[in-house]
Amino acid sequence: MTPFLSPPHPKERRIIFENLVKPGYAPDLETYLAHGGYASLKQALTMKPSEIVDAVKAANLRGRGGAGFPCGTKWGFINRDDGKPHYIVVNGDESEPGTFKDRHILHRDPHQLLEGLAIAAFATNTRLAYIYIRCEFPHAARIVENAIREARANGFLGKSILGTGFDLDVHVHQGAGAYICGEETSLLESLEGKRPYPRIKPPYFPAVLGLYMKPTIVNNVETICHVKHIIRLGAAEYARMGTPGDGGTRTMCVSGDVARPGIFEIPCGAVTFRELIFDVCGGLKPGRTLKAVIPGGSSAKVMRADEIYKIRVKGSDGAMVEKDLPMLDIVMDASTLQSVGTMVGSAGVIVMDDSRDMVWALNNLNQFYANESCGQCTPCREGSLWMSKMTTRMLAGGGRTEDPQNLRSIADNIAGRTICAFGEACSWPTQSFLAKFPEEFDKAAGKAETT
Amino acid sequence: MMSESTPRQADHVTPAFLAEADEIVSRYPVSRRSASLPLLHLWQNHFGSVDDTGIEWIAARLDLTPVNILELVTFYPWFRRESAGRTVIRVCRTLACAMAGSHDVKEKFCEAAGVDPHAGHHGYGCAPPTSADGKFSVEFVECLASCGSAPVALINDDLVENIKPSDVASIVEKLKSP
Repeated sequence: MTPFLSPPHPKERRIIFENLVKPGYAPDLETYLAHGGYASLKQALTMKPSEIVDAVKAANLRGRGGAGFPCGTKWGFINRDDGKPHYIVVNGDESEPGTFKDRHILHRDPHQLLEGLAIAAFATNTRLAYIYIRCEFPHAARIVENAIREARANGFLGKSILGTGFDLDVHVHQGAGAYICGEETSLLESLEGKRPYPRIKPPYFPAVLGLYMKPTIVNNVETICHVKHIIRLGAAEYARMGTPGDGGTRTMCVSGDVARPGIFEIPCGAVTFRELIFDVCGGLKPGRTLKAVIPGGSSAKVMRADEIYKIRVKGSDGAMVEKDLPMLDIVMDASTLQSVGTMVGSAGVIVMDDSRDMVWALNNLNQFYANESCGQCTPCREGSLWMSKMTTRMLAGGGRTEDPQNLRSIADNIAGRTICAFGEACSWPTQSFLAKFPEEFDKAAGKAETT
Repeated sequence: MMSESTPRQADHVTPAFLAEADEIVSRYPVSRRSASLPLLHLWQNHFGSVDDTGIEWIAARLDLTPVNILELVTFYPWFRRESAGRTVIRVCRTLACAMAGSHDVKEKFCEAAGVDPHAGHHGYGCAPPTSADGKFSVEFVECLASCGSAPVALINDDLVENIKPSDVASIVEKLKSP
């Protein structure tokens, strides 16, 4: 099992993972109620729906699935009183390499998700919701289905929730092994029973033309869980845990070459890379030095450990000044990572030490993207396969001088030229690995021998 | 007497299967088509694969044409038109698992299960490489979302974590005993 620190590291503040890590904590209703479960739903049902949306906005909750869109803003796109059916689809397709948090919520604390979902549905006047769970989590699907039955039988879901007259039906929908379904419009196509080809935006923004062409909210599992805690703690206290644009806690998944991989729930912006890797995760393996970090799931641009980044910070006189900052001292919140050209994404942090070959690592990711491209857009379908074939050939000793330049050119011609963000997701690794570790790609291309 | 023909899965649909299928369809009050993937899961879990009669049966049940179902079977890697081994071992191929030695682990699984480690497998409805005795299939799959306990494999419904190459033979041995 993914290890959890016990007791939590001092840098951690467990909200989402507070209960589910406790020994003996079961995914049933009785256990959930014994831990204060559904009290936030009761409270939310006494509020005006618009107050709930305002609270989520004020909490500065950003989506935890990867894109990081402000959750309250997303909800605000739904006009509660437009007379149309609205839907919520919970994205439990967790497939971004490096990310493994939702699996634990779904398996161990399904009622936390259902409580957040009922609050979200009440706030957006939604009567039907689906929880899309990747089929590689078969136990999770059964556990969540069982939790739905328990919640219905006890008035937390179904007809007239807690006697308020508010109805909500929830069903589990299983995926079938395709990464692309994590993209929100692809997920909707999949839920409609079709090949999951992403829809083009505009006009198909889910909040306007979503599931069955009706206004739809698509939120990640963890994001929906946070809603419960915004109600429980109050928006102001929740927001205070994070940074001004990135409220609350974030469950960071750390994997790769650290002594103590695992999930650490940390207030947004509360740790630097140095603190996360060398303190929270217990440092590297003996005798190793840090080489590279992918900070937010495999699609996030890789960072080089010995690089000095330039960031803009507020100086003592209040004016913005540019400052040199070693990679390890960068704070891991959404806006800081964005300002250094990468992203917090799904907070899946993959750590690589000096034993790792960057051509090998990129090739692994290129094969992933080549396997997972849905094939709808030519630049992505062809380009992801070309990049994968090239890095595979380079690894096998068949590198050519022009390979790095060609890789760069292919990646540059995918990003921005596709219907969905998979185009960026598959080109950012190639672009960033080549930019940060050019010497390794030149060597694999055979340039080292000739120069 | 008719000559021996290929068994037709749809001839073996039971009343209990039918009832379960109808219950699944009822979860999608807005569009029956939404039940396509759930019915494919139900079918494959029941019959082990989805043959032509399965595709036709599901399509008819949902008022679709067979190609609406076939195009799902050929797109989604989970579905297959041919039977796999009784135990399907899906080893994670992606970065964190690969860094932790998943290539070795997969090779060891192939060795212990009697599956050709070099057999090509590209999805699109084919069965994953399977042992001659039909007991095991072994394949690489993409990220199983358990990178913190790499390397991992999904063995039928169960996730096995932190697999050492030296553990593999005994894992497979246990799976062989009924």
